[in-house]
Amino acid sequence: MTALAKVPGAVVRLRRGWRPGSGALLVGGILTACLVGIALLSLVWTPEDPARMRILQKLKGPLVSGLLGTDHLGRDVASMLMRGAFNSLTTAFAAVAVGAVLGTLAGVAAAAGPKCDAVLMRICDALFALPPILSAIMLGALLGPGALTAIVAIGVFMIPVFARVTRGAAMQIWAREYIMAARMAGKGPVRITAEHVLPNIAGQVIVQVTIQLAMAILTEAGLSFLGLGLPPPAPTWGRMLAESQTYLLQAPHLALAPGLAIAAAVLGLNLLGDGLAVRLDPRRRQAS
Amino acid sequence: MTGPLLSIENLTRDYALRGKGGATRTLRAVDGVSLDVGAGSIFAVVGESGCGKSTLARIVMALDRPTSGTVRLGGDDLFALTPKALARKRRDFQMVFQDPYGSLNPRHSVGRIVAEPLHLLDDAPRGRERAALVARALEDVGLPGNAAERFPHEFSGGQRQRIAIARALITHPKLVVADEAVSALDLSIQAQILRLILSLRDRHGLTVLFITHNIGVVDEIADRVGVMQAGRLVETGTVREVLDHPREAYTRTLLAAEPTLAALGQRRRRV
Repeated sequence: MTALAKVPGAVVRLRRGWRPGSGALLVGGILTACLVGIALLSLVWTPEDPARMRILQKLKGPLVSGLLGTDHLGRDVASMLMRGAFNSLTTAFAAVAVGAVLGTLAGVAAAAGPKCDAVLMRICDALFALPPILSAIMLGALLGPGALTAIVAIGVFMIPVFARVTRGAAMQIWAREYIMAARMAGKGPVRITAEHVLPNIAGQVIVQVTIQLAMAILTEAGLSFLGLGLPPPAPTWGRMLAESQTYLLQAPHLALAPGLAIAAAVLGLNLLGDGLAVRLDPRRRQAS
Repeated sequence: MTGPLLSIENLTRDYALRGKGGATRTLRAVDGVSLDVGAGSIFAVVGESGCGKSTLARIVMALDRPTSGTVRLGGDDLFALTPKALARKRRDFQMVFQDPYGSLNPRHSVGRIVAEPLHLLDDAPRGRERAALVARALEDVGLPGNAAERFPHEFSGGQRQRIAIARALITHPKLVVADEAVSALDLSIQAQILRLILSLRDRHGLTVLFITHNIGVVDEIADRVGVMQAGRLVETGTVREVLDHPREAYTRTLLAAEPTLAALGQRRRRV
C-alpha cells in the first residue's frame, strides 16, 4: 500500500494522463493542425504571390531564393506549397463531405430497414467498383477537368466506404436493448436513428472522416498529377509533383517539397484517425 | 374491470430458418400458449434459455407479431388494433429488460431516458413539469431525484435497473413485462429489486408478467407461475401448487437444478 492508494481518484487520474492512442493523437493532431494552419494562412499571406513568375530566378535551390527555392518558371515553391495545401484540403474536405453525408445516410437507412438494406448495399457495391482515378478521367471528359470533377469522382468513391462503416456500426446499435425501449416508447425508425443510433456511431464516423480525408488528399494529388484537378495557375501538390519530373536531377527539391507535404498530411490525418479510434472506442471508454 | 387484464390465447410464433441449399425449416418458438394474468397479480413464466419465453415477452409487448393466436390487454386484441391505436395503447404496457447495461443509452442523461415513454402521450408535460414528473418517478424507485442530470455509467447495475423500472412506470402502465429483469444482478441486489417490484405492485396495483429462468426467484415474487418447455406451457398454477407439488417431470427437473439451502444441506448430510 503506497500513499497513492489512500488518495481517492489518484490512480484514476494517473491513468487518464497517458492512455493508449495518446501518442498517435498528439503527433497526428500537431501535423494536422499545422496543415490546416498553413492552408488558412495562405489565404492572407504567402512569402510571394504563388502565381508570380520570375524567369531569371528559375530553378534556384532552397534558401538561395525563398525558403524552398523556385521552380522552372521562377515561382516561389514555399508559396505554392502553402496555397496548394489550401487547394488540396478544400477539395478533399468537399469530397469527404459528399461521401460522409450520403454514405452515412445510406448506412443508417440500410441498418434501419432490411428492405432498404438489400437495395442500398447493391448500389454501394456498384459504386465501389468505380476506381476514383478512372471515373475522374471519364468525368473529366464529360465536365472538363476542375475542382468539381475531382470532388464528384472522389466523393462518389467514398459513399460506399462510409455506407459500410456506418451500416455495421448502426446494426450493432440496433441490437441494443435501449432500441427496444425506444420502440416501446412508440418511436419510429427515423426518430430512433436520429436520437439513438447517430449519436452512438458519431465517433466511428468522425474517425472514418479523418482517415478518408487522408485518402482524399492522396487521390486528389493523383488526379492533379494527371491534370484532372484544379486548372493552372492554381497551384496543387499533384501538379507540382508532375512538373518536377523533368528537373528531377537538376532540382530535386521541386519533387521533394510536395512529396513530403503529401506524405506529412496523409501521415498526420491517419495518425489522428487511429488515435481518435482508440480514444473513442466505446469498449475502452467503459473501462475508464 | 371484469376478467383478466392480460389474456393470451393459443399463441404461436414460427420462425423460418434457412438451411443449406435454400431449404427452409420452421422453428416453432412459441407453441399454443394460453394464459391469463389477473389485474394486480404477478405471473411468472419460467423455463430454460431457448424455451421461447423471451419471444413470448416480445409478442406481448407488440414488438413482434404472432403467427397465430391473440393477445388481449384490457379486452383489446393488440394485433387487431390499427398502428395508431396500438401506439396509443402502448402507454398501458411497458417493459423492463434483462441487461441494465444495454438497456440504457449511454449518451442520454438519466432524465432523458426515464422520460422517453412520455413520447406516447399526446399531452406529455414539458419543461419544469416534465422534470418534476421524472424526479418523482426516480424517487418512486428509490433513487435521488437529482439522478436525472447524471449519466448511466455513473450508476451501479442495481441502480441502473431501478432507472429502467422508473422508465417503464412513467406512463403509469397497467402491465409491466420484466424479461429476466434480475438475472444480470448480484444476489443481494436481486433481492432488493424483487422487493421494489413487490412494493410497486402494492402501491400502484401493477400487473407484472415476470419472465425468468430462475425458479428460485419465482418463489420470491410471483402469485402464479407457468412452466415453459420448448415453446409450450407445460404446467400452470399458483406458486405453492407448482413449486410444492409439481405435476410435470420437467418442473421437477427445474426445481432439482435450483441449489436451495435445504437441498444443499441434504446433499452434505449424504456425503
